[in-house]
Order: sequence, then C-alpha cells, then structure tokens
Amino acid sequence: MTLSLNQVTKHFGAHTAVDHLSLSIPESQIFGFLGANGAGKTTTFRMILGLMDTSEGSIEWNNEAIDYSKSHLIGYLPEERGLYPKLTVKDQLIYLGKLRGMSKQEVISELDHWLERFRVPEYKNKKIEELSKGNQQKIQFISAVIHKPKLLILDEPFSGLDPVNVEQLKQAVVNLKENGTSIVFSSHRMEHVEELCEHLCILHKGKPVVHGGLKEIKRSFGKKNLVVHADFDLSYLRDIPGVVSYRAVGEGCELQVEAEEVAERVFEALQGRGFVRTFDLEEPSLNDIFIEKVGASYE
Amino acid sequence: MNKFWIVMSHTYFSRLKSKTFLITTGIILLLIVALTNFQSVMDSVGSDDEESAQGPKVAIVDETGQFITPLKEQLSAQQAELKLESYSGNEEEAKQAVQEGEYRGVLTLQTSEDGIPSGTYYTKQIAENSISGRLQQALQQVKVSVATEKAGIDQQTVNGIFSPVAFEKVALDKEAKTEEELSEARGLVYVMLFLLYMGVIMYGNMIAQEVAQEKSSRVMEILISSVSPVTQMFGKIIGIALLGITQFGLILLVGVQSVTANMDNLQGGIFTYFGLGDANTSTLIFAGVFFLLGYLLYATLAAMLGSLVSRTEDAQQVVTPMILLIVAAFMIAMYGLNAPETTLVTVTSFIPFFAPMLMFLRVGMLDIPWWEVGISIGLLIGTILVLAVVGGRIYRGGVLMYGKGNMVKSFKRAFQLSKKES
Repeated sequence: MTLSLNQVTKHFGAHTAVDHLSLSIPESQIFGFLGANGAGKTTTFRMILGLMDTSEGSIEWNNEAIDYSKSHLIGYLPEERGLYPKLTVKDQLIYLGKLRGMSKQEVISELDHWLERFRVPEYKNKKIEELSKGNQQKIQFISAVIHKPKLLILDEPFSGLDPVNVEQLKQAVVNLKENGTSIVFSSHRMEHVEELCEHLCILHKGKPVVHGGLKEIKRSFGKKNLVVHADFDLSYLRDIPGVVSYRAVGEGCELQVEAEEVAERVFEALQGRGFVRTFDLEEPSLNDIFIEKVGASYE
Repeated sequence: MNKFWIVMSHTYFSRLKSKTFLITTGIILLLIVALTNFQSVMDSVGSDDEESAQGPKVAIVDETGQFITPLKEQLSAQQAELKLESYSGNEEEAKQAVQEGEYRGVLTLQTSEDGIPSGTYYTKQIAENSISGRLQQALQQVKVSVATEKAGIDQQTVNGIFSPVAFEKVALDKEAKTEEELSEARGLVYVMLFLLYMGVIMYGNMIAQEVAQEKSSRVMEILISSVSPVTQMFGKIIGIALLGITQFGLILLVGVQSVTANMDNLQGGIFTYFGLGDANTSTLIFAGVFFLLGYLLYATLAAMLGSLVSRTEDAQQVVTPMILLIVAAFMIAMYGLNAPETTLVTVTSFIPFFAPMLMFLRVGMLDIPWWEVGISIGLLIGTILVLAVVGGRIYRGGVLMYGKGNMVKSFKRAFQLSKKES
C-alpha cells in the first residue's frame, strides 16, 4: 500500500501553494512533513484526502485514486481540532466511527480500549466541552485511529500537549506503524520528526527542498557540528578555513564545519594550547538542516 | 448511500433529543391546547360571575323615560349581552356609580325639539368600544324608528328600505369553484401558506445554523474526509425535514385532538372559516407536493449559504436575503388570496422561489390547466436540481473556507476551491 504523489501542484488564483511535489510513502512507515507555516503542508494533506482537487499532477494510493469509497481505510487528524462540543465522547465517536464504516458495538469496544490506554476511561460519557484542551486532543486522536486505518494523516499531532501526553501519543503512533499503518505526519518540532520518521520531506513555499531518508539527508548535508570545550580562549578557531560558523558558549564554543577534514584541521590547531576537555564531532541536527534550507528567519 | 442514512439519522436524533427542540415543541403544544380550550376555560372561570351571565351592566339616565324600552328591545334583537338599568338618580350620581364600579358605564339620553333621541356614554376608559358600539347601533335603530314614525311612514316600509339587497354570484365556467368551495379553499390555502412560511424560516435557519456550527467547531474537516459534502448536505436536509415532519405531525395531532374535543365551542367559528371540515383531496395532495418542493428548494439554499460563513453568529446574517425572499412570496400570496387572477400572481407562480406558495394558491382557488401546474412544478424541480449541484460545489469549497469576506467574494472563493482545475 504505497502512497505516491506525482508532480502535484495546487494553485489558488495567482498563488501557488504546492509546486510540483513528488513523493512516495511506503507501507508501514512514518513519513515526516516539515515546513514553515504556510509552506503547503495542510493543502497537500487535503489533496491526499481528496478534499481538494490537484491543479496538476496525480495522487495515487496503491495505484488507485483516493475517493470516498476508501474512507474507512483512512484516518485524519486535522490541524484545526474540532469535535461537536455538545455531544458526549461516546456519541461523538459512534457517529464518526459509523461514518468510517464501523458498527456501534465495534466503536464502543475500541473506544473502551483506547480510553483505557490513555488512562481516561471516566470521560466516556462526558461532553467534549467539559474536557480540557489536551484531553479533547486525545479524543480527537482516537477518532482518527479508532477504525484501524491503513493510511493515517496527522497534521501537527503533538502541538499543545504536555510531555507525558506527547509520550503516550508517540507510543500509539509507533504501535500503529508496527501494525502496518502508513503514517504521514507534519510537525514544527524537529525532535519529534527525528525520533519517529525514517523518511521526511521539507517543504518551502510549496517546493520540496529536502526529501529522502533521514540518515542520507544528514550524511549528504555535509556540514557537521563540532563542540569544543577548553580552558583557553578559542576565538581564533573561527579563522580556520572551512569553519562556517562560530558560537561561543559557557565552557567553550560550537562550530559548524564544512566537512570532516576541517575538523581535523581544528584538532591540530588546538594542539599545545592547553587542556581540551571536550572535542566532539556530531552529525547535523534536523534543526540545522531546516534552518539552512528554509532560512534563518524561521524560529 | 449508507453514509447518507448515518448522517440523516444523526441529524434527526441529535436534534430530536436536544433540549431546545423539546422545550420549543412543548411550548407550542401547550399554546395549541390552551387556545383551543380558551372558550371552555373562560366559560368555567366566568360562570359564577353574575355580570358575565347577563352581560355588563349599563345605567341609563333617560329624561323622558320613553326610549329605554325600545333600546332594550333593539339590544335583545341584536343578541347583545348587555343589561340596561334605569338609573333613578341624576347624571352626576350615575357617573359616581360608574367610578365606583357599580356599572360598566352610563348612557344619558336627551331628546331634541322634534323628539329625536341623542345619547352620551360615560365610562372609565373609552378604549374599549364593544359596549359603546352596540349601544350606538341600538340607539341608531331607535332613532330611525322615531324619525320614520314622525314622517308618517309605517314600519313595514321602513323594513323594506333597510333589508339587504338580494345578490348572488354565479360562475359560468363549469369547473370553477362555487362560493362555498372558494371560501373553503381560501382557508386551506391560508393554512398551508402559513405552514410553509413558518416551516421554511424555522427549518431553513436550523440547517444554516447546523452547517455553520459544524464549521465553527471545526468538526467539518473530519466529516468531509469521511463522507462526501453532497451526501452530507442532503443527509442533513432530509434529517431536518424528518424533524420538521415530526414536529408538525405532533402539532397537528394534538391540534386535531384538541379541536375535536372542543368541537361545540368552535363550531361556526375559526374551524369552518378555514374549511378544514371536508377539504378537497386533490388540493391536499398539491399542498403536500408544493410544501415538499418548497422546503427542498429553500433548505438547499440555506445549506449552501450556511457553508459560506465560519461562525454561527454569521449564519443569521447570511440567510437574511433568503428570508426576505420568503417574506416577499408570503406577501404576494396574502394579496393573491383575494385576487388570485391578477397578473402578478400568475407571473410569480412560475418563478421557482415563489411558486410553492403562489402556484399552490392558484391551484387551490382557481381552475387552471394542468400544463401550467406541470410547467411550474417542472421549473421548481429543475431549480432544485441546479441548486443541489451548485450548492454541492459551494458547500464543498465553502466548508474548507474560513475567515470573513463579503458574500459575493465568498461565493467565488468557494467555487474556486472546489474547481477541478484552475
């Protein structure tokens, strides 16, 4: 069950929201979608779900177009959260579950299981408006996964949750993946993407600027981070050719270097100056890559 | 199709169980029972009251004493329930008695030189004029008889002069409705127009509210990812229609029960006026057809309009033009009740937004060729289909659209969002 996007483009009048995006998302994988606000993530999701038509290009899942006949195989957690405020958790999920092709009994037994898992069984007969925002989000997550979808789209699933809840949800996402669900998710939080995704794509103004496996992306990025902690002044290191940036920190400095050879040169330059407590060459973080590709204007 | 039923039954049951619906329906039912039992309630409350048994007491201060008897005769001939009492004191004392509440009012009678009576009626408030009107009418009769007697004309001649002229209307068209049929039809048409008017405003608003609510609570995006907007739209429209049928059905049931129970009191009153006693079957069928089509037309429009706004507060605003359209149709229909053959009524009965009311009015009151009805119904169904297609598109784009803009812009944007290619 592979999801593939071929040269997908979406225009809104003169504005191009998504520009020739091609992706392939294999089964049982978590695919990360990164991008600044307005980069076209939600629009892409809406096109995948068939809520909007593409201006150009095509989207296929298992070599077929996605339409409403497949909605029982698809789960969706929209970025803008929303449930019926006046309905109870149970009634709400029965309705949404039925629309995804489940029977009432199935919904109830699955719901009990999920509420137990998130340790909130007492919410079953409460109205949504009585729940806290974080708990509403859990219910919303349940509504997206209760029918055991084969394709799950999560738009910013962890925003606004406390660390304990983030952990619970992450675990649930990983379990779903292990049970064969393909998951596409977007986030602003690089560490979540780094932790969960094998493959990712960074969108910038509708264009994919980085695309591929997490390891390859990091390796091909080239630049590496170098942390040096020493007792003497390190500011002369910034003049070594190949050092891209220099940042002084309390115990020493953090450098960005163009390649591993530069790190060797830095290592040599440190000799005979004094005691070096730390010399650590690190892979670049996703955060570094994102900033580099999308622009430092993004916080 | 399965999802259509899910949406429909969800819409129906969640509304049916809502407090607002239960309370509103309860109040309406109570009102109906109260209204139909009004007469018996009033009778039972007022039966011990001496005044109401014989009518309000009015004191007469008559200088000559010759008018009180003919006045009483006139009043009893009119079946006016007034109790006249000759007051022995003078005018001031009588007025005092009225102030004290002993009498409802006092009528002082004077006589002019040639013996013609004139009167002055004193009462606490002159706003209530049913008593004074009856007195005036009776006194008028007395005056006429006095004056004619003086002129030497005998009573028989006077009666001849004042009796109403014999006048009968006969329709030459064989199929045309007779006088009784017409007044019967008028009653039924009136009731149906009113129901349609109420129904469309109430349930149209409800649909627009519901759509806007799903948008404002943002549950819409999940919904349209699992069920197509068009299925959802019609599920909602039919769900609300069932709700309306339930509500109107309850009202009719209780209404009819209550009316039958109070038949004696209502006989000859409002009930006969509306001609519901033995209504024409074909008129009833047309009532059903036009009601259904009218509802579908306006409900589709309401759902489309509701999908254009993102907050429930704006839903009211966006359906206003639609409400105005219904009000206009209702006004024309009210005018048409007494002039069903005018050009205005004929023309508007073919315009889809007015047709449910006006074509029904014509069908109910005139004898019109079947093809005219056919064309009108055809146009109506055509418009509903077009609205359904356009509405589906607008709905599809509109539900993803948030923010505020003017209506025309929103329309355009919604259309653009749902376009296949741009």
